[in-house]
Amino acid sequence: MKGKNAIGTWVGFLLILLWCLFPVAWIISLSFKSVGETSVGSPQFLPEDATFDNYKALWDWPFIGADPTGVEEDFQKALLNSFGISIIATVLSVILATLAAYAIARLEFKGKRLVLSLALAIAMFPVVALVGPLFDLWTRFGLFNTWPGLIIPYMSFTLPLAIWTLSAFFREIPWEMEQAAQVDGATSWQAFRKVIVPLAAPGVFTAAILTFFFAWNEFVLAISLTSTTASRTVPAQMSFFVGPDPFNPPYAQLATASVIVTLPVIIIVLLFQRKIVAGLTSGAVKG
Amino acid sequence: MSTTLQRPPADVSAKPAVSDRSKAENKLGLTLVAPAVVMMLLVTAWPMGQALYLSLFRYRLTAPDDREFIGIDNYVTVLTDSLFWRDTWNTVLIMVVTVAVELVIGFAFAMVMHRIIFARGLMRTSILIPYGIITVVSAFAWQFAFSLNNGFVNAWFSWLPWIAEDTNWFGDHWHAMFAIMVSEIWKTTPFMALLLLAGLSQVSEDMLEAAQVDGATWWQRLWKVILPNMRAAIMVAVLFRALDAYRIFDNIYIMTRGAQDTESISFLTYRQVIEQMQLGLGSALSVLLFLSVLLLAWLIVKLFRVDLASARGEG
Repeated sequence: MKGKNAIGTWVGFLLILLWCLFPVAWIISLSFKSVGETSVGSPQFLPEDATFDNYKALWDWPFIGADPTGVEEDFQKALLNSFGISIIATVLSVILATLAAYAIARLEFKGKRLVLSLALAIAMFPVVALVGPLFDLWTRFGLFNTWPGLIIPYMSFTLPLAIWTLSAFFREIPWEMEQAAQVDGATSWQAFRKVIVPLAAPGVFTAAILTFFFAWNEFVLAISLTSTTASRTVPAQMSFFVGPDPFNPPYAQLATASVIVTLPVIIIVLLFQRKIVAGLTSGAVKG
Repeated sequence: MSTTLQRPPADVSAKPAVSDRSKAENKLGLTLVAPAVVMMLLVTAWPMGQALYLSLFRYRLTAPDDREFIGIDNYVTVLTDSLFWRDTWNTVLIMVVTVAVELVIGFAFAMVMHRIIFARGLMRTSILIPYGIITVVSAFAWQFAFSLNNGFVNAWFSWLPWIAEDTNWFGDHWHAMFAIMVSEIWKTTPFMALLLLAGLSQVSEDMLEAAQVDGATWWQRLWKVILPNMRAAIMVAVLFRALDAYRIFDNIYIMTRGAQDTESISFLTYRQVIEQMQLGLGSALSVLLFLSVLLLAWLIVKLFRVDLASARGEG
């Protein structure tokens, strides 16, 4: 009985690894196929003759996008936009969410439930429903095709997740320890900095990672509220990339771009897997 | 006696002191949540109000001077168009199939992860990779896998009745829908598994052991002990994933651009607003999309609540 269970767990373990990593291996393999190989057809999994050319090309050549203006577009510029927009949105969103979650976890005030319900409602909001009105408003306010034009909606849509995750974390913090430290002679600033900040930091950090993932992944707003690489992020840029031959999708280049935008995600996951899992489940389940 | 007479004023002065404190706390609380609330409303409530207003007009961005109040005509146009209903059907079908498959596979994954005592870090890392990968990338990966000339699917699975060496996956409706759903299921099953794992860890081991001692089979323990005790976690997972699947856009945009009748409601809305510049009509679609999400959320919560009550009756 025990032995049978252990075998089952092993098989399950391998199946999960296969499920999670196989498509990633496929896209990596594709990124090492030469453009020539994919243009004649290359149905086998591994490249016939592995090459680094796609990676070189992605850095050297300008990305030719299907932009209406026909302007040459850079993958690098899109990558820069993605990093800039995601990081700024993350920092601002986490600051606002920390204030709100602190109030929700620590203070008694009217409208607490309302704030949490509002956050939940917004988390479920169909983003596409806002594309039209936002497009209209942003063109009027000069926010269309700018960094703030994406940062503002990204903040709004990541705040609910950040507030829920953080308030779940903050509820677990023994706030009395702050007073205990004060009784022991610490000033209130010292008590806050030495006691509360170290306890709250992992939660804040987790919320930041989840927020960053959202902004890095976002697609609908990125294709609707931008028109050039002045603000277009990588997912949007990739979707507009047609390559030199419009009748033959640029498999190898797109696979390479895919690998490059996935790298930050993999690095973050490798470093912080435990925190991410805690954040995802505490926000959703313990609510 | 004189001391008792002196007390009341002290009490009177104590009361406002307490309410002053709670008033101050109330004020601080509101001040701290205000920026987040304003920010959330700025990009949702305000544009949604704008959409509600615009949906009552015939309004095309290409001809802004032709804007004309037409009442509910846009809604009539949308609701009487068969395209709207076909797209709604596609969206509901994708949602039901993907959530059902994800629930089963996700639960199996959660059971394995719950039992595993080795390589937990590796397990957690790999399960988070599909979650973290951007949807556009996962859509490309699967599109290429199903591709006629460059994909391995036809070559590997041509022994299946439905698949041949030359199956053009994006050439007909059902094959294309299948490919879209595979991509969606691959990416989001791990998230489902994580939520279910959290629920699973809340099921008491004592109860399971008691059931085992009483001679309950594995199957009985699953249905009578594990699942009823995880109902809240299952509901949260289904609710989150269903609403997420209902908004499906990225996968379809990348894999078919709506060809072969694979368009979803989100895609239709996007096309009306951004490609056709039909702000009036598109806003009506936005409002309908929003309302249907609310309805869906309400239905799921209702469905599980009924389930909860009946299960409690049994127990």
